[in-house]
Amino acid sequence: MTSSAARISLDEVRHVARLARLELTEDEIATLQGELSALLDHVDKVRRLDTADIPPTAHPLPLENVLRPDEVQPCLDRDVVLAAAPAVESDRFLVPSILGDAP
Amino acid sequence: MSEARDGHPLDGGVRAIAEAVRSGEATAVGIVEEAFRRIRESDTELHCFNLLTEEAALEAAASVDESVARGIDPGALAGVPVALKDNLCTKGTETTCSSKILQGWKPPYDATVVSRLRAAGAIAVGKTNLDEFAMGSSTENSAFGPTRNPWDVTRVPGGSSGGSSAAVAAGLVATSLGSDTGGSIRQPASLCGVVGIKPTYGLVSRYGLIAFASSLDQIGTFAVEVGDAAATLEVIAGHDPADSTSLGQPAPSLLDRLFDGVEGLRVGLISDFLADVAAPCSKAADDAGEALARAGAKVEQVSIPEMLLGLPAYYIIAPAEASSNLARYDGVRYGLRVDGPDVETMNARTRAEGFGPEVRRRIMIGTYALSSGYYDAYYGQAQKARTLVIRAFEAAYERFDVLLAPTTPSTAFKLGAKTANPIEMYLSDLCTIPSNLSGHPAVSVPFALDPDGLPVGVQVLAPALGEALMLRVAATVEAFASPSARGPVRPRPTGGEVEPGG
Repeated sequence: MTSSAARISLDEVRHVARLARLELTEDEIATLQGELSALLDHVDKVRRLDTADIPPTAHPLPLENVLRPDEVQPCLDRDVVLAAAPAVESDRFLVPSILGDAP
Repeated sequence: MSEARDGHPLDGGVRAIAEAVRSGEATAVGIVEEAFRRIRESDTELHCFNLLTEEAALEAAASVDESVARGIDPGALAGVPVALKDNLCTKGTETTCSSKILQGWKPPYDATVVSRLRAAGAIAVGKTNLDEFAMGSSTENSAFGPTRNPWDVTRVPGGSSGGSSAAVAAGLVATSLGSDTGGSIRQPASLCGVVGIKPTYGLVSRYGLIAFASSLDQIGTFAVEVGDAAATLEVIAGHDPADSTSLGQPAPSLLDRLFDGVEGLRVGLISDFLADVAAPCSKAADDAGEALARAGAKVEQVSIPEMLLGLPAYYIIAPAEASSNLARYDGVRYGLRVDGPDVETMNARTRAEGFGPEVRRRIMIGTYALSSGYYDAYYGQAQKARTLVIRAFEAAYERFDVLLAPTTPSTAFKLGAKTANPIEMYLSDLCTIPSNLSGHPAVSVPFALDPDGLPVGVQVLAPALGEALMLRVAATVEAFASPSARGPVRPRPTGGEVEPGG
């Protein structure tokens, strides 16, 4: 798939993997470079389409806001929700450090 | 009704089972026990199911039988064994999307479609295998191993709802639910010789369906016959306040006029897929058109070139929506966590370990298409291409009541044949994707066998909320189809001659 490799660089693949929060090996990045380039070739027909005056469609239904009366309704029990979490402390989801070392 | 379907009451199909159970002619427990006997016999080889719920199923069946004994109506699907695609939430029962990232997760609620089936007396027997997060066309992307096609176990059942289509094709259950984002009900239905309906977007609630691409996903049904797939759809359709994209309408009546025929209807046979479709598949669509003409419809070829924009537009839009929907799998609230020194490393390790190669590929495509500098060129353009596809359908429906097309470019292919080349696999959805982009309904009906003895389906497409008319046409196509082209079949080990089983 080297013929289409020019469509996306290895650095771009690394950047996209970072945006997508995927820790990939260098081998996986190289494979994805080929596969993404081939896919971008395939969809080039859409990229080159003359779409002047064509509005975009985000959704097949003409959606409007759906509202209900602002009344308290039963919701999931906290214990049920927390039971599914990988780590919990003091009724909260527990995660590793967000801002580096704790002060 | 073909010879294959006159053995055990389980072979009678959805409507006949419900009628027999409601009238006391058969028991729900007897039917469900037979379903599990067949599953034990066949599913080690086929792997239709990720998980079985035998104890709960037998309890539910006993309760249906008790209602009948007491003179209480147990519901429209009384005692009907149903299989649920494993991306539909089942309260307290593991729901995995065939992904390591959700392995072991037990949802705290039932999907609306699951509650509706239970309320109608249907008996859920288990969760069926799928391509991970419904991304694929062969069920080979499951983290738990592929499902095999009961017509020839060396071949794929299609996907992503391959477990649900194969379970019906093998006669293990009378009906099943799948989800269809780009063809994931219709394509496996075609490859397994069963009927698969993708309803209008919004006709069936998606509450409790684990999201892949939210503007395209729709839940639908499988059965051996059109009327049976319609009977299950009637039960799950209709407005749901828990899904804000669900349409305001109540469930439509789909069975009343099913056999009214096609006299005078205008049918357009879409010609644009022919270059990319194998001869047996295009011939089936042609022959189905001729059959409809003999039945009194006015059938004409129609070229809708915008159909060919569907596939490339879809492979931008669906991954873009998926990359956003799947951001929730971050190792924080549920599912797998792989630890790291900080939260971002934990997220990235969890997702790399938990998602399989195809899901990672789609997330990467989608993230790229939505990223700064590429958004307009890819995602923006694809949304405009989507408009062109919808406009082309609308123009066609000014001239035709329904459209007819092949369902798939090929019949069931060998396991492993397309796994090395993602784009070749993506082409499997060429003929089904346009209906997801437009939100319109479509159904695949088994019609013929190819020279290898594999089933070939044809697709009937209709405008939004045109299900009743679409299924009427489908029932007419079915009446002209080769009876040997549909399940149930007994699994064959070597891909030789397939005999109707049951």
